[in-house]
Amino acid sequence: MTQPATNEPAIAVKDLTRRFGDFTAVDNITFDVGAGEVFGFLGANGAGKTTAIKMLIGLLAPTSGSAHVAGLDVATQTEQIRRRIGYMSQKFSLYEDLTVLENIALYGGIYGLTSRLIAERSSTMLETLGLTNQLVGKLPLGWKQKLAFSVALLHEPAVIFLDEPTGGVDPITRRQFWELIYEAAAKGTTVFVTTHYMDEAEYCDRISIMVDGRIVTLGSPRQLKAQWKVDTIDELFVRLARAS
Amino acid sequence: MTDPAVVVRNISRKFGATEALTDISFDVSHGEIFGLVGPDGAGKTTLFRILTTLLIPDTGTATVLGLDVVRDLWAVRSRVGYMPGKFSLYGDLTVEENLTFFASVFGTTVEKGYQLIAPIYRQIEPFKERRADALSGGMKQKLALSCALVHRPDILFLDEPTTGVDAVSRREFWDQLGHLRESGLTVVVSTPYMDEAIRCDRVGLIQGGRLLEIDAPADIVRKYPLPLFAVTGNDRYRLLLALRKAPHAHSVYPFGSELHFTDDRANADLAMLSAELETYMKAQGFEDTTAHSIPAGIEDSFIEAITSRTPRAS
Repeated sequence: MTQPATNEPAIAVKDLTRRFGDFTAVDNITFDVGAGEVFGFLGANGAGKTTAIKMLIGLLAPTSGSAHVAGLDVATQTEQIRRRIGYMSQKFSLYEDLTVLENIALYGGIYGLTSRLIAERSSTMLETLGLTNQLVGKLPLGWKQKLAFSVALLHEPAVIFLDEPTGGVDPITRRQFWELIYEAAAKGTTVFVTTHYMDEAEYCDRISIMVDGRIVTLGSPRQLKAQWKVDTIDELFVRLARAS
Repeated sequence: MTDPAVVVRNISRKFGATEALTDISFDVSHGEIFGLVGPDGAGKTTLFRILTTLLIPDTGTATVLGLDVVRDLWAVRSRVGYMPGKFSLYGDLTVEENLTFFASVFGTTVEKGYQLIAPIYRQIEPFKERRADALSGGMKQKLALSCALVHRPDILFLDEPTTGVDAVSRREFWDQLGHLRESGLTVVVSTPYMDEAIRCDRVGLIQGGRLLEIDAPADIVRKYPLPLFAVTGNDRYRLLLALRKAPHAHSVYPFGSELHFTDDRANADLAMLSAELETYMKAQGFEDTTAHSIPAGIEDSFIEAITSRTPRAS
């Protein structure tokens, strides 16, 4: 298991609950994510993952319980949290009718980066990704996803949330994307990621599996496979999610 | 049943300057599950739209159940079930209203089609008063499949039916397709998930508008051209970078908890290669690493097909 680089966890969740009417979408979940850790947040459709993530990024108020991200309270410090986190999903990434550089400038501006810093980081980003400046709409999906990830890291957030970042991309690009994740984590960024690809779950330092609003198991892939006596996380996922 | 259910010959289609499909040819036999496996943007949807008469190819011909997809479009439409990506349902109609609507469009009734759809529809029937918009992803998928089947077609075209659906629901969906095939239906299905390829009788690997390979999944993986090893060890990311620099590294990719290392020496002795690899890793300072020879999977084959056919596009 990865040791947190600092004493304070990057994400600290305690008894977090969210109800909609009489439906409990997130039911009393508790877990910590260490700084620089790659944490896989797994669950079937409708298990409550999206509701939990919305609370962690300050878009939805908890019904009860607490969560801290980068040391900030998600219930009361939503503005500060947004400046300290990055977010990327398959559905929301970049503006298609803007160029690569325009997108970077836009996000840099939103996060209050100086023009000089934006110019510096733009050229580094294009070089690292091997991209030329062009309309984002013209890029293949895999490139868009890699660019969106880099843009989400532009303001050097403490924690990045990735919601199914690799859906639909080819197997090579999917793996290149994971190398970007490893790189970010090696630099100390905490990565919180959801995926439907169970082989990707094995790439995480630790994973949790959510069923009907609860976290039913949590640990490193190796620990969990030993504990549940299965060969793959896929096998474990099917067993736990189907048992509900 | 002499002619194949689907015959595609040299189909090409451009959108402006973009070549969506380039010279596609394949056959699908009656009662077969044929999979088109490839990432987003590979051309799968364009091909489905051509085969379901919704788009005309620039060049080439295609027949479905012996009917030409351009000339005989009305005859094709009545015999084909089509489930487009994103499940085209009417969100503000209920489950039952959606089904009734699709039945009436094809001049039939839900009762007449009930027997065929029953194994799938029964799972969502308790929610038949619910608006389609309010269904979960897995339930929408079941309703969309029921709607595509309600007029009892002879062939089903399913465009990415499992995209965005969790691993458990994906398995259940493929079990359903197996049952439909047993009832005599031909199924053409596309997916970006490589692991679903093994559920097909034959698959076509598609990327960039071109078919890279068509065969039974077992034959595709058997044709993997080079020795492949599964490498395990701690500190996988550093191990990955180190393995890429190994003298005979052809490719190195993470696969679940392992790394897959392909050696560039085609006919070498496998035991010798794996011993050599272990020695190399030890020399690089990695303790507790192992390398053993494994057969390729579909994803290994797909990666190899992409890299060997295209000049490293990605």
